[in-house]
Amino acid sequence: MSAAPGTPTVAAAAIAPAFVRRALRHPSFAVGGVLSMLLLLAAIVSLAWSPYPPAEIDIPIKLQAPSAAHWFGTDSLGRDIASQLLVGAQASIMVGVFAVLIGFTLGTALGLLASARRGWVEEAVMRLSDFTFAFPALLSAILLGAIYGPGLVTGIVAIGVFNIPVFARVTRGAANAIWAREYVLAARAAGKGPWRITLDHVVPNIASVLIVQATNQFATAIIAEAALSYLGLGTQPPMPSWGRMLNEAQTQMFQAPMLAVYPGVAIALAVLGLNLMGDGLRDLLDPKLARKR
Amino acid sequence: MSVFLLKRAATFVATLLAASMLVFAVLDLLPGNVAQVILGDTATPESIAALESKLGLDRPALTRYTDWIAGLLQGRTTNSFSYDTPTATLIAERLQVTLPLAVLAMVFTVLIGISLGIYAAAHQNRLGDVGVMGFSQLGIAVPSFWFAILLILLFAVKLQWVSAGGFAGWREADGGGVWQGLVSLLLPAVSLAAVQAAVLARWTRSAVLETLREDYVRTARAKGLTRRAVLWKHVLRNAMIPVLTILGLQFAFLISGTVVVENVFVLPGVGRLVFQAVANRDLVVVRDVVLLLVAMVVAVNFVVDVLYAFVDPRLKASDA
Repeated sequence: MSAAPGTPTVAAAAIAPAFVRRALRHPSFAVGGVLSMLLLLAAIVSLAWSPYPPAEIDIPIKLQAPSAAHWFGTDSLGRDIASQLLVGAQASIMVGVFAVLIGFTLGTALGLLASARRGWVEEAVMRLSDFTFAFPALLSAILLGAIYGPGLVTGIVAIGVFNIPVFARVTRGAANAIWAREYVLAARAAGKGPWRITLDHVVPNIASVLIVQATNQFATAIIAEAALSYLGLGTQPPMPSWGRMLNEAQTQMFQAPMLAVYPGVAIALAVLGLNLMGDGLRDLLDPKLARKR
Repeated sequence: MSVFLLKRAATFVATLLAASMLVFAVLDLLPGNVAQVILGDTATPESIAALESKLGLDRPALTRYTDWIAGLLQGRTTNSFSYDTPTATLIAERLQVTLPLAVLAMVFTVLIGISLGIYAAAHQNRLGDVGVMGFSQLGIAVPSFWFAILLILLFAVKLQWVSAGGFAGWREADGGGVWQGLVSLLLPAVSLAAVQAAVLARWTRSAVLETLREDYVRTARAKGLTRRAVLWKHVLRNAMIPVLTILGLQFAFLISGTVVVENVFVLPGVGRLVFQAVANRDLVVVRDVVLLLVAMVVAVNFVVDVLYAFVDPRLKASDA
């Protein structure tokens, strides 16, 4: 089944259409993919266009019900809810991307190091992971926010740091399984060093596990960003954020209860989409499950 | 088993020590003058110097750290900058809300999550299983603080059965009582538990299904035991080992969730205290509360490790 060495593009060209066909038939992946694409599309479109400037205050039209002019109505300052929801996707995606990048880069490196060196290095990396787990992202954000002030960067760093041990553990677990395989033994017998083996054999074989984990951590980061922004420790005004919209809506719950519904639905759909896509990817990228189909 | 427990106890103490060093380092040593942070940008050099002297910031960092830890061990804490009260007193007051909330949420999590997980596994690929997995997928996607807001919308705004927030207090003399206190914590605990139970249900289901495929389960069935008997006598005990790990990890999320949900329901707990401390730049309170919350997470994970030793017979054997 595997392509001859030196012809990766031919192999990829043969595999890609089959993978896409399987992916489109997978219900979790298809639904999750559509929801995730909507999130991405909202963020991209909002860079160039939104129905109204999201921070534009217009007190005379405050707390309006949904209408053709304002699809989801207006808030207590007369700002357009639809525009805030659209632009709010930017903060979620930005935090998700950077927090996952921090965790992915450092965590994967640590996990690969632990797996390649074993012994005390592995023990040290794992104890460090256990230790970092004791600091949930919110507590790190409180610590950093107390000194450097709240903000998007504080949120990204706090969530990103919490992602490091997650990726380190997953990488080490998956990499250890690869190190026990016969072809790795053959590579070692052929004289390949631990780093060569890591790059040539371990990384390509654990890539799918890491992709799935990255998708799940992206979803977790969106929830964490919303929680931090709700508390005022994350995204700061005038940049809209779904978490802060919920905070502001809570003060108007008796007058305009729906204001507390829209941003939550946006968060839930984004997270649901990413989780479903992650579940789908796990099935699609698992060779055992793929063979069963 | 005692070797295992001793090792875990040593790790527990070492983790606590390292956590205290990190919290101290972040708040006391990283770039940025603590006195300047507390007093703000408009502070004069004289007022900064006076506060530095009051907080003991003119002493070496190692002395400050050891004094802090020695004080904590003796129950002596620094006065809060904004409340002018020892942080231990403030925290002890607030724990009367946070601890019952966390315990109540954990009890709900375990009851709902494990029951649903077992039910789903016992009815694999049937309607009940699909329903539980659907609830689980949705529960994981819903942030606990938004679920809390939805509960307020339904029960306080629409039905007007409960108040939208606040805490009645445990003592009748203060206008509260045990029942009123529990009622105040009910919605916050449910909002925290619903999300965690969704996660736990998934893990329990997969742990039970995994155990159901074991050879000894097939043997027990071949011996004539009913499916129900096998589930209760053989499967659950073994399936609980991975579930315990998840429960330990979930406690960390529960603690974070408590901080947020206390703010949603305006509960006078530790979470609200630390949030207000950040707003007031009361770094002494931030330091002590963060260490307390981290210590709670580490302690619960230690307890989970101890429980392993009782649940997993392999650990008992390894002690021989």
